[in-house]
Amino acid sequence: MTDFLQMRGIGKRFGATIALNCVDLGVAEGEVHALVGENGSGKSTLMRILAGAIRADDGTMTLGGEPYNPKNPADGRKAGVAMIHQELSIAGHLPIVDNVLLGMEEARFGIIKRTEAKRRVKAALARLGQEDLDLEVPAQQFPLAVRQLIEIARAVAVGSRVVVLDEPTSSLTEADVQQLFDVVKKLRSDGHAVLYISHFLDELHELADRMTVLRDGQLVGTRSMDGVTDETIVTMMVGRGIEEMYPRSVRHPSEVVLDVKSLAGYTRPDDASFSLYRGEVLGIAGLNGSGRSELLRTLFGLDPIKSGDVQLGVYQGPASPARRWAEGMGLLSENRKEEGLALNLSIADNITFTTLPRGVVNPARINQSSQTWIERLGIRCQGPEQRVGDLSGGNQQKVAIARMLHHGVDVLMLDEPTRGIDVGSKEGIYRLIDEAALSGKAILMVSSYLPELLGTCDRIAVMRKGVLGKPRRVEEVDQESLMHEAVGA
Amino acid sequence: MKRVPRSVFNLVGLVVALVVIFVVFSVLQPKSFPTVSNLETLARQSAIVALVSLGMTYVIVNAGIDLSVGSTAAFSGVAIAWILQRHYSPALALLGGVLAGAIAGLLNGLLITRLKVGPFIVTLGTMLIIRGVATGVAHEQTINPPDSWLNNLLAVLGPDEKWKLLPIGVWLTIVLAVLAALSLRYTRFGRHVIAIGSNEHAARLCGVPVERVTMLVYVISGAFAGLAGLMLFSRLTVGDPTVANGLELDAIAAVVIGGASLTGGEGSILGTILGALIMATLRAGASQVGLDNWVQQIVTGVIIVLAVALDKLRKKQIG
Repeated sequence: MTDFLQMRGIGKRFGATIALNCVDLGVAEGEVHALVGENGSGKSTLMRILAGAIRADDGTMTLGGEPYNPKNPADGRKAGVAMIHQELSIAGHLPIVDNVLLGMEEARFGIIKRTEAKRRVKAALARLGQEDLDLEVPAQQFPLAVRQLIEIARAVAVGSRVVVLDEPTSSLTEADVQQLFDVVKKLRSDGHAVLYISHFLDELHELADRMTVLRDGQLVGTRSMDGVTDETIVTMMVGRGIEEMYPRSVRHPSEVVLDVKSLAGYTRPDDASFSLYRGEVLGIAGLNGSGRSELLRTLFGLDPIKSGDVQLGVYQGPASPARRWAEGMGLLSENRKEEGLALNLSIADNITFTTLPRGVVNPARINQSSQTWIERLGIRCQGPEQRVGDLSGGNQQKVAIARMLHHGVDVLMLDEPTRGIDVGSKEGIYRLIDEAALSGKAILMVSSYLPELLGTCDRIAVMRKGVLGKPRRVEEVDQESLMHEAVGA
Repeated sequence: MKRVPRSVFNLVGLVVALVVIFVVFSVLQPKSFPTVSNLETLARQSAIVALVSLGMTYVIVNAGIDLSVGSTAAFSGVAIAWILQRHYSPALALLGGVLAGAIAGLLNGLLITRLKVGPFIVTLGTMLIIRGVATGVAHEQTINPPDSWLNNLLAVLGPDEKWKLLPIGVWLTIVLAVLAALSLRYTRFGRHVIAIGSNEHAARLCGVPVERVTMLVYVISGAFAGLAGLMLFSRLTVGDPTVANGLELDAIAAVVIGGASLTGGEGSILGTILGALIMATLRAGASQVGLDNWVQQIVTGVIIVLAVALDKLRKKQIG
């Protein structure tokens, strides 16, 4: 079978850096093709070239045998390449029907043919197995998973032959992930050429027919997924083995530093009790919406406490976020871009946010202290004055963690600390967590990715519908038992 | 499962607010406030702000702002007087006035889409530029053109005209409001305006001609300001380059009270009209009750902040 989409000898340089060097990629119709690689491997550059956001310096692209040279992303869409990014392109205020047909509405004298439009959208959604949505409701009232579907439906409705899904599951719940898999399989059986980018190896096994691995802008290889092991994929990606991925030193938890009794907030959680010890990592598993993030936010004073007791060290009772920082507690937001970091400010500004002295700030001093953290955590950047927004996801997350370490907190609450960052950076974050635990800090970590919880935590508790289960030692649980508890089976 | 759209709550709230304000003043002034002639006065007084607000709704839903509409209205009035003074027909003057507004809007649209300067800055600049041009054209004084039928667009109806119910200018406003509401909801252009205001990147990616739509939005805003200038001229019967100072702020207030968000994507024509009516009722009532001007100003200011604060609170609850 010849590939419908062919990219041959693609090369791209940014100044002196070679981002891509002679990369080939081919995707056939009716195939799910996984594109794998760490951040900085050239994956996103390749996808931006495919989408038409940037031009390649060398190489050729063809679609169905025809030359394909998009001038901009809209051009690429028109030619039949639909790109579905992590940050969705949805106009939240518009109803589903208008969102799906945005930019290709059929109209007579400028007036949209409403009935016809709804029929088209219904048909597109039906092909994805999703007929039951109320098309007149503004998209922003739906959860992320549905908005993502709307965007995939847009690709179907516009007649795209190539559909690129860029880490589509990174912020979905387990149940939504299954639904997305069904949709992807429908796309495949409908004859679309699907390019699937993901950091989750289990997803690749489940969905992909072939995979292409990039490393440092070079093509490592393309191979069929049949009989490929995780070991092989990781080795191809990072050039080293998987067992080194989750470092867990022998830890010695000491005294209780955070004691929570029957904590309830106004929305969630409904009932959470646990003790967190110095020198341990306590993981919280559960489905999205089960109230895991709300638990952290309530503890941190971002959401109000309805009832229950919180004892943090010698401090008793509720407190504002400012007080929590002062009491030695830090929160890493799951929403790095909007809540966690000020993307327009420098690394130094972000790291020293919570520790600025009263009165005059000395820029030289904050740069100097930030420089130490940049070196200790291995943040890849040009210096403390670089804008955080210019860093890769993994390095941004390191900055967010550096803020807590610089503040000198005793309790680190990490909400999805590795969301949307590549395997190599994840490893760096795991090592940081391990080091922090070894140095006597207490870590409370929320994650939707079970292997990561099992790999890094000492104990794991499962949140289900606002109620936190009893924390259990990591040796006593596995993926299956955790998932059972999360879904209430 | 059919959900009640959030906008319906908002509109109901506005109607309730309008009724409450009306009832309060009716109780305070039972003889003069709840009368037919007062209602007609209210309609006439709302028409000018309402016209500007219609255009402003497009702009704000598009995630823009147009600070130049007050100046544009004055410019349009001057243009009309200038044309009439040269003894051209009133119809030509009318067209000229609206066209002058549309050209001012085109200037805004061009500067915003071509120079990629934010609409706040561009229209802050053109607010001064257009006011300056108007003053220059009028040689720093009012233009007194001969009488024509243009003077009667918003005039009180004579005894033999009662069958019209409302002055022609008010009818025009109502018809345009209906058209604007329909176009925002049912035309491709309207949907594109909302899409750009809601998520410009998404709109661009989907092939929406963002520049062209944005340009047209400002042309429409300018044309509506031109119409408002026509109504102003009709009331004053002279072309005065100093009028309509602060009209843009009244319009923005009406749109925002009507439930629009300055971050774009949200807003409705019906809400805007209700917002304009609330402000006009408040103002008329306050002056009939005999409140001083400064009290009126404070009350209006409080209402604007309160309306938006309530809206925010309500959204939080419905989620």
